[in-house]
Amino acid sequence: MDSRRSLAGWGRTNPSVASVRPAGDDAELARLVTEAGPRGVLARGLGRSYGDAAQNGGGVVVDMTARNGVLSVDTGTALVEVEAGASLDKLMRLLLPMGLFVPVSPGTRHVTVGGAIAADIHGKNHHVDGSFGCHVLSMDLLCADGSIRRLTPESELFWATAGGMGLTGLVLRATLRMKRVESAYCLVDTDRCPDLDELLSRMAEGDHRYTYSVAWIDCLARGSSLGRSVLTRGWSATRQQLPSRLLDHALDFRPKQLAVVPPVFPSGLLNRATVAAFNEAWYRKAPRERRGEIQSIAAFFHPLDAVAAWNRIYGPKGFLQYQFVVPFGAEDALRRCIQMLSDAGQASFLAVLKRFGQPSPGHLSFPTPGWTLALDVPIGAAILGGLLDRLDEEVLAAGGRQYLAKDSRLPSTAIARMYPRLDEWREVRRAADPRGVFASDLGRRLGL
Amino acid sequence: MKDAIGNVQRILVLGGTSEIALATVVKLTQERAGVQVTLAARPGERRIAAAAALDARGMQATEVDFEATDQASCERAIASAFEAGGDVDVVMVAFGLLGDQERAWQDVDAALELVQVNYAAAVGCGVLVAARLRAQGHGAIIAMSSVAGERPRRSNFVYGSTKAGLDAFYTGLGDALATDGVQVLLVRPGFVRTRMTDGLAAAPLSQTPQQVADVIVAGLQAGRRTVWAPPAMRWVMSVLRHLPRAVFTRLPV
Repeated sequence: MDSRRSLAGWGRTNPSVASVRPAGDDAELARLVTEAGPRGVLARGLGRSYGDAAQNGGGVVVDMTARNGVLSVDTGTALVEVEAGASLDKLMRLLLPMGLFVPVSPGTRHVTVGGAIAADIHGKNHHVDGSFGCHVLSMDLLCADGSIRRLTPESELFWATAGGMGLTGLVLRATLRMKRVESAYCLVDTDRCPDLDELLSRMAEGDHRYTYSVAWIDCLARGSSLGRSVLTRGWSATRQQLPSRLLDHALDFRPKQLAVVPPVFPSGLLNRATVAAFNEAWYRKAPRERRGEIQSIAAFFHPLDAVAAWNRIYGPKGFLQYQFVVPFGAEDALRRCIQMLSDAGQASFLAVLKRFGQPSPGHLSFPTPGWTLALDVPIGAAILGGLLDRLDEEVLAAGGRQYLAKDSRLPSTAIARMYPRLDEWREVRRAADPRGVFASDLGRRLGL
Repeated sequence: MKDAIGNVQRILVLGGTSEIALATVVKLTQERAGVQVTLAARPGERRIAAAAALDARGMQATEVDFEATDQASCERAIASAFEAGGDVDVVMVAFGLLGDQERAWQDVDAALELVQVNYAAAVGCGVLVAARLRAQGHGAIIAMSSVAGERPRRSNFVYGSTKAGLDAFYTGLGDALATDGVQVLLVRPGFVRTRMTDGLAAAPLSQTPQQVADVIVAGLQAGRRTVWAPPAMRWVMSVLRHLPRAVFTRLPV
């Protein structure tokens, strides 16, 4: 059977054709790696990186989702050993009833552990808990020579792999330290902020009291409303905080799927008027201030997962997600970026703002202390005018960077300026994979 | 590797002094700095000038020798572009001869030269480039056809026959490569005011190379398989193809 298939990222923008192989056992994978052709091998999970990170045009792409076992669970130590293809969704369904929650959860549950390591993902708790890689105790990496190495955080290769976008080897298994929880609910405080100043000051002075914090900004708001937003922050709810009706099901995790976007979605539906109306309604419906609301984990962490294939709403041209971080102190740059987006009147839904804490030790890990803003940008006339290039310049000038897991358009010249440890990473990678067996479209495009 | 908004990183132009090709490169890259362009053409003043023009716009032009009728030269030129480092996003097949029609249908050497360059070499390069793009799993070929291939006219049917052959080959090649992530875009311009048509009286709906380039880039980004320049030429040719011969041969075209 012909295994060649066209693969794209979540943004559905620049696909390429690769030979897609389901992941077999370790020996089979080792053979695949040692017999790799000139275009190399890359692991792919659930394809949620937005750009070309999980594509390898002309080469082999290993679909890791078949290797999704949970190998061991120790509720005493909260350590679990899982295969790289296991999704966070699976871990939540299986382990929440045991009182264990993933240490870091991004905006979707539909990512694999391997992908979470490769992108060294972050969540709403980065300011207190750091990135995903900080909760990995060890991992088994299939290296270019076919050997399997057990890596721990003491090794350089571990930190070249966490955040290394799959270019150092194939993660087979990992041992994670889970977070102990008493319920599958969160205790959430909500604040509506009329402008950016208020939002930034509230976050700066209050975030440390919360485990989870994120703000949704209406990027279409202008003038004195620039940066108006809804800030939601919370903690994992204890049993005592739950209302009595939930006590019998405190650890139940049954996320609902509300809808599936059909394969062909009328592209005209998403325009400035409809999006502005949506943003307005969303802002108005949020309470000015609410304390101690109980929300399910799915509602608090993964609201978009309720709508399957939501990436189709952007139509056949697709979209990209622009996410950057600028250091604390560069609030003016952040404001100028939001101003530029507001001026461009991009038909984008809400942008997400959060504060990062300590940097991750990964050479190419994205999080550094500062403000990170993420927003979807539909591919269309507005961005062809160089808006994103101007944003890049602003971010670079402020000493910021962009997230490789989201990237699909950065010029290769920007990367070394954004990731000062790139050369160090290249050294480690060259030592582990001298022939460059592990390759991706992202790596080729950016010259990593 | 091209990015999400269609910015390309590396382009190969076979027939690297073609005015339409150079206008297309400029339009396609939006003069974005650092784009690598390989200009495959005969050495000489024109190639030097073409490379200098691209360099002046911030691109990095590389000149390589290319003689369409010499298969080894075609192989070398294509290999040099594909083995220079990164993936090639776009290959333009832009070489061709107009020739002297009246000589071409009466002089076997003149006729076969047109066939060798416009058809045989275009097919040869198409085969070589297709294999390269298949191997990288993405990319695009832009092949310069002509409305002259759509219905042969008394005034330039030898040229027209070579373009008809090229057109058929690249149409089929596009189908063959559809599942390989490779787009093949056929361009059928009408009369374009270039070096090639210098001295000829301009036909109706005549175009500048820049106008053709606009059509090409729009078609490439929209994922089209065939474009006409100007776009209205599609409907003009559709009518002309269906005219009875008695009427067609009396038209002043």
